[in-house]
Amino acid sequence: MSELKLTDVAKTYGPVKVLKDINLDIQTGELIVFVGPSGCGKSTLLRMIAGLEKISGGTLEIEGQVMNDVPPAQRGIAMVFQSYALYPHMTVRENMAFALKIAKVPAAEIDAAVKRAAQILQLEPFLDRLPKALSGGQRQRVAIGRAIVRDPKVYLFDEPLSNLDAALRVATRIEIARLKEAMPDSTMIYVTHDQVEAMTLASRIVVLANKGIAQVGTPLELYETPDNEFVAQFIGSPSMNLLPGKITQTGPQTTVQLDGGGVAVSTIPTQPEDQGRSVNVGIRPEDFVLTEDAPVFQGCVDFTEALGEVTLLYFAKEKDDASEAVIAKLPGIQRNLRGQTVSVAAAPEKVHLFSNGQSMRP
Amino acid sequence: MHPAIQGLLTIAIGVSACVGYFYLSNQILDKVLFPPRGPNAGRNINRANMIRPWLFLFPALAALGLYLAYPVVETLRLSLTDRVPGGGYTWAGLDNYIQMANEPKFWEAMRNNMLWLIVVPAMSTAFGLLVAQLTDRIRWGNLAKSLIFMPMAISFVGASVIWKLVYDTRPAEQDQIGMLNALYIFFGGTDPQTWLTIPFWNNFFLMIVLVWIQTGFAMVILSAALRGIPEETVEAAVLDGANPFQIFFRIKVPQIKTTILVVWTTITITVLKVFDIVFAMTNGQWETQVLANYMYDKLFRANDWGVGSASAMVIMLLVAPILVWNVRNARKEME
Ligand SMILES: Nc1ncnc2c1ncn2[C@@H]1O[C@H](COP(=O)(O)OP(=O)(O)OP(=O)(O)O)[C@@H](O)[C@H]1O
Ligand SMILES: [Mg+2]
Repeated sequence: MSELKLTDVAKTYGPVKVLKDINLDIQTGELIVFVGPSGCGKSTLLRMIAGLEKISGGTLEIEGQVMNDVPPAQRGIAMVFQSYALYPHMTVRENMAFALKIAKVPAAEIDAAVKRAAQILQLEPFLDRLPKALSGGQRQRVAIGRAIVRDPKVYLFDEPLSNLDAALRVATRIEIARLKEAMPDSTMIYVTHDQVEAMTLASRIVVLANKGIAQVGTPLELYETPDNEFVAQFIGSPSMNLLPGKITQTGPQTTVQLDGGGVAVSTIPTQPEDQGRSVNVGIRPEDFVLTEDAPVFQGCVDFTEALGEVTLLYFAKEKDDASEAVIAKLPGIQRNLRGQTVSVAAAPEKVHLFSNGQSMRP
Repeated sequence: MHPAIQGLLTIAIGVSACVGYFYLSNQILDKVLFPPRGPNAGRNINRANMIRPWLFLFPALAALGLYLAYPVVETLRLSLTDRVPGGGYTWAGLDNYIQMANEPKFWEAMRNNMLWLIVVPAMSTAFGLLVAQLTDRIRWGNLAKSLIFMPMAISFVGASVIWKLVYDTRPAEQDQIGMLNALYIFFGGTDPQTWLTIPFWNNFFLMIVLVWIQTGFAMVILSAALRGIPEETVEAAVLDGANPFQIFFRIKVPQIKTTILVVWTTITITVLKVFDIVFAMTNGQWETQVLANYMYDKLFRANDWGVGSASAMVIMLLVAPILVWNVRNARKEME
């Protein structure tokens, strides 16, 4: 069932267009992650769904009901803020009970709801503390508890983990995943900068860029079949290498003569009229393998980063080459490659082709 | 010499004396007393640095001692003595205090001071908070704020003169130039009232002057405090379904509670010392006496230094605890 539907949603601040043509259909029980570069409008979109920002165009429906002008509290949503936004003068218990108190829910019910949420989030020992006497992770759990208590249809998270340190971030991420599993019917929308969070939590990822949606798909769809160069480079770290070239042979397999000298073969089929077309060949650093025969790319290793499990090779660039340096990620520890000339190739099914920024995948 | 030149000269001499004091005293400390040379260089530097703060504090401490601490002690002494005509003093014990306690005018002043104490800080803080909240979001809010803040720039006496005109009374057959009487007649009153002579209520007419002045002060401080409230907590409350009143009273006000207390106590201290307004408008007649004006009456009109000093001590005793509390609150707020 469609839980939340955005149709042609747009946002303008006076003359400034921030978002336009947002179309998105979210099913009940999904965990949707919004990612995108800073300033692309992730928070704005989330706040429009919450009702904290006016929707400048298009419609927002929740459970089939148009919500554009419904006050935030009646949309059946709850939001968890990056800065926790706990009420500093209220204890943990009062923080979680506030919404229910405002809604004049009987005290016994409030108590039960708070207790249940505290149990799920292991907050019972802190119920009578003020937020300032809690650690960052505990505060974030209270903020989540405040959302749970209201039993909303849709949970909204705006970068909930970005104020936590690395270890706590992982722990809380797992906790959110577990929470989602425990509440299979609740829908969640989650904004993050962190790729790992996006890849591990999402049932589908929405990549926002250029005031609109660049691609929607499951994490692996985005990784394996990016629709365009932006998504290809945004998902995955280090980002995908893009090498310019010209198509020399079309058919069920496509051969590209790269401007840098190498030859790449891709399993993406092309039509005869594509012959000679300028394309960008996209290859993820981790898809490169060392090779002795015809290389896709050959270059001098400028420097290496040995991470133990993998070794990153940064190839030297031509002097006034403005493009990004080519990076290869080889498994295990590779010694003594710095300063060497190295040849790399990639399996044809791992080679992406982009024409005018769009994937050539049919 | 022209007074302006005289003033400038005074400023120049004062400032250069200050600079000279700090420069020379530090020079003496570093070059003569504890030079950072010789076998004890390290120890000398430490010693010099231990003494240095006191060099900077000394002028302020001396001035405070001379103009604040000494007068307190001297006032206490005066309140326990009687002046003998022709010079000299005799020990009077608590006689002055007893005499004061037997005067109805003193108790009237005490009662009025308590009234002021309850009404003025409460009204000023409440109005200040209201204005700060209401002007926060609107476009001409800053203009409104400037207008409301303006009375702060007027001296108490100036404000009293303005309000005396508001309360002014003309004979019935003439046009009323006092705004209050003009309104009173306009809305059907028959005889113009002499507002400031109506016992008990005239106290409130005087208090309005101070409320008018202090609202601006409360507004500025509280407005800054309101701005300091994290926007997200307000947004969270909106999502939680709170209406504007609930947001104001249950989210915003509790978060600026300490600031409200500081504003409240600061105005309280001003109120306890209130003198100019009463002095300029009624001079304590018609049952509007307050402690500070009572003290002035005793000291400078009746020339009764004993009772005057005793009433000064009473004012100080009333202010001291509030002052301590105020400083504590202000410190708490800084945490
Ligand atoms: N009041 C405003 N007036 C004009 N532009 C605004 C206003 N508020 C936000 N913007 C613009 O809207 C865009 C989207 O902002 P938003 O906060 O949604 O970005 P974001 O994707 O959440 O970024 P980040 O990842 O850094 O949090 C930004 O480019 C910002 O400059
Ligand atoms: Mg954001």
